[in-house]
Amino acid sequence: MRVRGARDSYTLFLLPGVLAFLAVIVLPFLLNTGVSFTDWQGVGSPRWSGLANYRELADDSEFWESFRHSLFMVVAMAAVPTAVGLVLAAALFDHVGRYFGARITAVLRACFYLPQVLPIAVAGIVWSWILAPDDGSLNALLKAVGLGGWQQDWLGDPDLALYSVMGVMVWVQLGFPLVVFMAGLQRVDPQLHEAAELDGAGWWRRFLHITLPQLRPEIYVVLTWCTIAALKVFGAVYVLTKGGPGGATNVPSYFSFTTFFEKTQVGYGAAISTVLTVIILALSLAGLKLQTRAEDAEEGTSA
Amino acid sequence: MRAALRRYPVLIALCLAALFMVVPFLIVTVNAVKSPAEYARGGPLSLPDGLYLDGLKDFWERVDYGQKLLNSLLISGSVAVLAVVLSVLNAYAIGIGRIKGRTWVLAFFVLANMLPQEALVYPLYHLSKEAGLYDTRLSVIIVFTVIQAAFGTYLLSSVLARFPREIIEAARIDGANRWQVLWRIVVPVSRPTIGVLLVFFFIWTWNEFLLPLVMLISNDNQTVSVALGVLQGQRLMDATMTNAAALLGVLPALVFFLVFQRTLTRGIAVGAVK
Repeated sequence: MRVRGARDSYTLFLLPGVLAFLAVIVLPFLLNTGVSFTDWQGVGSPRWSGLANYRELADDSEFWESFRHSLFMVVAMAAVPTAVGLVLAAALFDHVGRYFGARITAVLRACFYLPQVLPIAVAGIVWSWILAPDDGSLNALLKAVGLGGWQQDWLGDPDLALYSVMGVMVWVQLGFPLVVFMAGLQRVDPQLHEAAELDGAGWWRRFLHITLPQLRPEIYVVLTWCTIAALKVFGAVYVLTKGGPGGATNVPSYFSFTTFFEKTQVGYGAAISTVLTVIILALSLAGLKLQTRAEDAEEGTSA
Repeated sequence: MRAALRRYPVLIALCLAALFMVVPFLIVTVNAVKSPAEYARGGPLSLPDGLYLDGLKDFWERVDYGQKLLNSLLISGSVAVLAVVLSVLNAYAIGIGRIKGRTWVLAFFVLANMLPQEALVYPLYHLSKEAGLYDTRLSVIIVFTVIQAAFGTYLLSSVLARFPREIIEAARIDGANRWQVLWRIVVPVSRPTIGVLLVFFFIWTWNEFLLPLVMLISNDNQTVSVALGVLQGQRLMDATMTNAAALLGVLPALVFFLVFQRTLTRGIAVGAVK
């Protein structure tokens, strides 16, 4: 029925978007990738150096160290919040929601979600003051309850700083999985739970055998998003520790930032960020695939 | 009876956990209204004797906080509106126009959404200098409009793909052209999703750190996030000032949270599963 030209004229609506994307994302990305094969200080013209930057990266212990810290961030921002978020969401949804009403549930959910709307810079200020060595609240609290011996320089001790940052990130991140899982739980057919309850299945059994499998698509989404967010962590490190003490909390994002703007080794910084990009894109594609498969599988069983 | 007794420990445990989440906000609030002398005497855990607001006032004036708020509002507000417009145009072509190769176009936007800003930051910094846009709020508005629109296009396209086609066909028969169909029918019907996007874009942009940190170096242009982050990074603030900074940083977020709470929780569910 339709004329071919008419259908194509929708393409005009895409024009501003495509142009803007080419200018702000595609061009800078290609430039960054290009620069990663050069030796460039940010002024003058870049000098082609082939794979030299990448070869240097492979031997750079600071680089590997920063990626090792990224794995810790994945634990703190993806693994722990997902696991804790699942238990909390299930407890809130089918315990508090059922016996104590929607109001209390909503208030509790809001408390958990609150840190998510906070700018990371502000969260960093709050926590670096709480964790301060001399007059920080945590140390003051430990002293007040008679555990003065446990006082630490939480962010200044190289052996401890990474774990302190991880703790802050759990606090920041927890609300996101919680809210997504609670929304997902509304999808789960209550009859499944009732039937299992009649069969005498306890809360944990129902959690493991009904809630978890039903939430699989959400779990994949949350894990993918949070893992990517963990690999991109910048603001928290900048505000809490500046990558220190002695590089103990350096992460790839912060490492590329200092390489770009403090050491002005632009080519080398570009190589770091290119490696980070490749890893993130690979993870995104894998996550997307798992998610589609889980959604297909679910549609298959419920249909 | 036994069941009723078993209910409370779970509730209490959850309340304690929730309390742990909000305790940092409480401590900050309590200490922001203490005078330095009080703080020196009682430490961070004592309750304030009265309301001491000079710390907040000093901090406000010292960093010209009103200007920072204005910058953040201007940048986040413009980005929210412009990014929604861009997303609607893109999604109209992809979701309703079903242009040829739309799967690839959509994949392109999804990938753009996944790219880490670290891989864009130096070229953007360099290009904006060449274009004379470095250290202007406009540069940050342009960049985030495009970055947020990547997500918006992805979400709206999937919503518009399920738009009832009869409505569009009927409007076309009545003689409406494509623009009219878009602004008079598609946009009003998609208002709930558009509302979610506006709120998200606003808060995400408000909270952004890396790119504004690099692009906005002069005091007059900085956002709340950047100004506070830089101050903290310099390690020059004493306890009272730190708490004033933290409280003034928390307050806008708290206001947005209370105002937009429904949209936020609904939106996360929509965004995550689509």
